[in-house]
Amino acid sequence: MKETEISKHTISVLVDNEAGVLARVIGLFSGRGYNIESLTVAEVDASSHQSRITVVTSGTPMVIEQIKAQLSRLVPVHKVSDLTLAGPCVERELALVKVIASGEKRVESLRIADIFKARAVDATNSSFVFEIIGSPEKIDAFIKLMEPLGLSETSRTGVAAISRGTLTM
Amino acid sequence: MAERILSGSEVVLQALVDQGVEVVFGYPGGAVLPLYDEIFKQNRIRHILVRHEQAAVHAAEGYARSTGKVGVVLVTSGPGATNAVTGLTDALMDSIPVVCLTGQVPTHLIGNDAFQEADTTGITRPCTKHNYLVKDSAKLARTMHEAFHVASSGRPGPVVIDLPKDILVAKAPYLEPSQVQHRTYNPVVKGDRRQIEEALELLASAKKPILYCGGGVINSGSQACKVLTEFTRLTGVPITLTLMGLGAYPASDKQYLGMLGMHGTYEANMAMHDCDVMIAVGARFDDRVTGNLDFFSPGSQKVQIDIDQSSINKNVPVDIGIVGDVGHVLEDMMKIWKAKQHKIEAKALDSWWDEIEGWRGKHCLSYKQPKDIIKPQHVIRRLHALTRDRKTYITTDVGQHQMWAAQHFGFEHPHEWMTSGGLGTMGYGMPAALGVQVAHPDATVVCFTGDASIMMNIQECATLTQYRLPVKTVILNNRYMGMVRQWQQLLHGSRYSESYSESLPDFVKLSEAFGFTGMTCNNAADLDDALTKMLEIDGPVILDVAVDDKENCYPMIPSGKPHNEMLLGAETTGDEAIDSDEGMVLV
Repeated sequence: MKETEISKHTISVLVDNEAGVLARVIGLFSGRGYNIESLTVAEVDASSHQSRITVVTSGTPMVIEQIKAQLSRLVPVHKVSDLTLAGPCVERELALVKVIASGEKRVESLRIADIFKARAVDATNSSFVFEIIGSPEKIDAFIKLMEPLGLSETSRTGVAAISRGTLTM
Repeated sequence: MAERILSGSEVVLQALVDQGVEVVFGYPGGAVLPLYDEIFKQNRIRHILVRHEQAAVHAAEGYARSTGKVGVVLVTSGPGATNAVTGLTDALMDSIPVVCLTGQVPTHLIGNDAFQEADTTGITRPCTKHNYLVKDSAKLARTMHEAFHVASSGRPGPVVIDLPKDILVAKAPYLEPSQVQHRTYNPVVKGDRRQIEEALELLASAKKPILYCGGGVINSGSQACKVLTEFTRLTGVPITLTLMGLGAYPASDKQYLGMLGMHGTYEANMAMHDCDVMIAVGARFDDRVTGNLDFFSPGSQKVQIDIDQSSINKNVPVDIGIVGDVGHVLEDMMKIWKAKQHKIEAKALDSWWDEIEGWRGKHCLSYKQPKDIIKPQHVIRRLHALTRDRKTYITTDVGQHQMWAAQHFGFEHPHEWMTSGGLGTMGYGMPAALGVQVAHPDATVVCFTGDASIMMNIQECATLTQYRLPVKTVILNNRYMGMVRQWQQLLHGSRYSESYSESLPDFVKLSEAFGFTGMTCNNAADLDDALTKMLEIDGPVILDVAVDDKENCYPMIPSGKPHNEMLLGAETTGDEAIDSDEGMVLV
């Protein structure tokens, strides 16, 4: 890979679930001018109070290496794993998409939702809320198709990711 | 073992004692009164009352850098903590181990905009290595011990512990340091053996090698500096040191090329530019060192040894990056170099040294001392000459005087040079000197400062008087913020915007008002007498030396220029304006 080429990386960070840990991670990105495209966090092991943060970021290989090294030296960080480099991984995101429409547009939005395996989780006479789960690209495509059909609001969770096969963090 | 139940304040004091702390630099206030009450009741820990919280941190830094121990600070909530922020940032940039205890409003008031409340952990998060807010008495002892471990191990740095007042009063269990182990934070100290072998093979094959060493060697300890010296002599390689690394290798040695970087020597910078193998040891390729990165040492293969993984490949990509404590890695390097009977080809090394001697021949640090007007460099050189047979510690403030001190005072040993390198904090010198003097009561401690810098923590004169700390402060007084003026002259058409020191105090009267000796020196003929007299006085002294106000600090790599485009002194290229718009936007 060329030294100046910018690429997207999904990085998983295992941290102690303590006060301020998310602020440390976010502060590191903003303070050093790194990019956050998406960020998710939740406790994954209640007994050991560990949370998993998934950050999607982009940069040159040198910047990505810096991000990982900087994350690793935060005191409450247990492990940092670059899922993009580690091998194939599953990336999933959930989105709630509100469409307000009537007539043919309303019917068309339902048809497209069906194709994308999105579920209507709320309905009124003039609106739907669709729940869609998939890769960020799939969600992007769904939202784009909904735009002319009365898309009015979107809420996305950001990416959760895990490597395929027997590989663990 | 039965748990001992103490008050929160007693736990804090006991933890300090068990961590080997002897001195705390601090300033009391409402939120930390229970701790000060505890300090009053005991005599195991000495408290030094500074006059401003920023100075407390600098004093702790001076203490830490001159002893290799952790410096400890105690300040109150709100303004106490915010005043400490500059010092904490300074310690972070220069990797100095400091534990700073800050008071906080009681836990039930946190978030209520209570009197003297500040979000201390929020404010100090980016300027500390780590910080804690203790909200549970059960975790107090553990947090104290952990803080010392984090501050002093790996790449050292400042750690803040925010202590709500109710936690200081409530009962808490005490744990010994040995009962506390950190779950995640355990830095690597041993370097990878295969990488070390590769690095040595690279060095052995070099024709133009150089060692570029920084503050990491000093942080690693005196033993690491000793091994570095042995390794350098064994291999015959030229060595240059960063501002932070001065003293890691004896300055008088013939293999030493002087400091490198923006105001480094011609020979050091040219050798860095032209070398074919560079071994960076505990140095982080700071922008003051590298100049323009696009042209930095273009023909060399680079090895970097650093305890902090994030320092490797940050600014300059290296061929071999070894993560580990430089002391351990250097010892392994010594062993392997000897075992494998490595040797750099003598002919190549000789011709490399010939080239270096040619650069040395420029005598880039030379200056002409006239009969009357005192050259600032001369003050540094004379003081160095007059203190050779004493144990001497030097601190500085920031600006021209700092660079002259770095260039002209030959440091032979580690831990004797304290300066604000990364952050460049004016006002560092005097409080740092007082911290050094507390740690080494019988040594000579000199603070080189400027007429502008000294004003930034001048209140510490009172601390010097109170504790009879015989710090010798030498002001290189040119009535300018000299480095600002120099840049304005070279880059901004000599428009000296706001850089003249108007209304300076009479430093003699000022010293006397604080209860110690003030002296002046205006003529080169009197300089030695003044310095000698100053050194003989048993107590603090401020010596105000009127120096040549036109003198600029050379050599200099202007911002945005590579190493081989240095400006030499006025003797050769002159104080010419630098024609560079690019340089004007850089710092």
